[in-house]
Amino acid sequence: MSVANDPGKILPTQPPWQRTLYKATPYFFLLPFLIGYIAFSIYPLLYSFNLSLYRKQIIGGITFIGLENYGKVFQDANFWEGIRNVLIFGAVQIPVMLGLALIFALVLDSEIIRRPSIFRLGYFLPFAVPSVVAALMWGYFYGQSFGPIAQVAVALKLKPPVFLTANGIIPAMANISTWQYAGYNMLIIYAALKSIPAELYDAARVDGANDLQIAWYVRIPLVWPAIALTILFSINGTLQLFNEPNVLTVVAPSVVNLHFTPNIYLYNLAFRNGEFNYSAAVAFTLALVSGIIASLVLYATNRRER
Amino acid sequence: MAIQTRKPDTYKLRVRLNSMATHLFMFVFLAYFLIPLLWLMISSTKTNDGLFSSFGFWFSKDFNFFQNLKDLFAYDNGNFALWMRNTAIYALIASLGSSLISTLAGYAFAQYRFPGRNLLFGIVLASIFVPATVFAVPLFLMMSKSGLSNTLLAVILPSLVNPFGVYLMRIYAEQAVSQDLIDAARVDGAGEFRIFATIAFRLLAPGYVTVLLFAFVGAWNNYFLPLLLLSRSDLFVLTVGLAYWNSLASQPGVAHVLYILVITGSVVAIVPVMFVFLFLQGFWQGGLSLGSVKA
Repeated sequence: MSVANDPGKILPTQPPWQRTLYKATPYFFLLPFLIGYIAFSIYPLLYSFNLSLYRKQIIGGITFIGLENYGKVFQDANFWEGIRNVLIFGAVQIPVMLGLALIFALVLDSEIIRRPSIFRLGYFLPFAVPSVVAALMWGYFYGQSFGPIAQVAVALKLKPPVFLTANGIIPAMANISTWQYAGYNMLIIYAALKSIPAELYDAARVDGANDLQIAWYVRIPLVWPAIALTILFSINGTLQLFNEPNVLTVVAPSVVNLHFTPNIYLYNLAFRNGEFNYSAAVAFTLALVSGIIASLVLYATNRRER
Repeated sequence: MAIQTRKPDTYKLRVRLNSMATHLFMFVFLAYFLIPLLWLMISSTKTNDGLFSSFGFWFSKDFNFFQNLKDLFAYDNGNFALWMRNTAIYALIASLGSSLISTLAGYAFAQYRFPGRNLLFGIVLASIFVPATVFAVPLFLMMSKSGLSNTLLAVILPSLVNPFGVYLMRIYAEQAVSQDLIDAARVDGAGEFRIFATIAFRLLAPGYVTVLLFAFVGAWNNYFLPLLLLSRSDLFVLTVGLAYWNSLASQPGVAHVLYILVITGSVVAIVPVMFVFLFLQGFWQGGLSLGSVKA
């Protein structure tokens, strides 16, 4: 009977080999994950870090150069231009997308709308579209030859707008990402809203709060952990922007250059130029920048929340 | 009395206006999310010439969808069928395997107290936020060295590790697996693995399906890893193949006819995922709340 009151303990009458086996059980459950984790996460990280400490030259071979590659990254204008591009992208796209996602979630949760399931599904549907297909599709959509936006403009005797220009490319990509992920983020926030007990709203209403006040003072603070999660994922995704620019570079090669985002730069360094050592240093620096930005944003937004 | 009867009227009007404005707002965005997909579907019914000569939001004279499908699977020695097969194999094995592995690990974290538990879980949590880019170059080199590059295993193996899945399954296991039930089974003399296989896994099934669903979609839609690790065109997955055809179509004078094939291929690539989401609505809509509980 002592077992039921003391979960996870074994009966004192069990032989010692059984106790040892019991203690080892969690590790057996973890084993498949740990093997995969060591082989495909830890080992690649160490391997890559080791790579980043060397230089490979046709003449002279492989030489250990310590952190020199990292010094080079910090002075690499191409890398920082890519970082600048994704930061401009994120500074506008993330607040717009998550703001929309939050409004959608609040509206769908508040029972103002008839048949909310249609909106929930319709908004979420673009998430099911591969980002490559989304970029292809929007690329055609923006295009001059058979793009419907240009067609409408011509029919209205207007000059068809050109989207994929030096100034237009970032908003054009921000639109693709917003289209794809707003509904997904809406669902995360919506699921969190659903778990708030309705009595809390009733209490606020009795105190004289209106719908907007309830949203601002009760619902948003309560789902803040979910919102913070969407912020973290969005920052992470933005700094790694690759698929959209890599697809759009086909139609706008002069605008989306070989270092347009850090990930595009890294890809071209490694797989076009074969500079694996230097690209490994670029990857770690990107991870560092990503971590710093995510912590800063979380710190700033958390403080405001309190 | 006069004030009392008038007040509800204006209030009602205001509420109705609010509700109309909200509906309008929501419908505008419904159009925003669905119109591009509608355009894609309509375009896939046209001939390549019709694509250029007819209005985007309406059908052209001839309905060419089935001919496009035929052309799609015939073009380039039928590579598209191979891409579909590769994508299906990759997505199925990666999602089934990674969700099972995540479930086992999440259950271990939820059910047992053991040395190294917090440290391990902390490392798993942290790795959710390590950019996937960092793994790109070393994975490519590892796969080349071990002779796995240009095999489907090269993309399947790394996808089996899903730290976010472990995190979700731990939270789910903490809520769904009743400690009393497990203890009762222990008292009855059931072994730990039998308890998992016969009792716990059944309780964990909804969480398992949710993680499976998102892993499946993640693999089906993945581009970066397959792009790096698969360079033979018969080994491409759908995303890599479609992007490749699109780049050919955009070259001046080379293969303009490819546009309609890329559009038709995109429709074919989207449909399976949409069906999965439509039919398993209960799972992903409920399952997403997992992440928000303790995030």
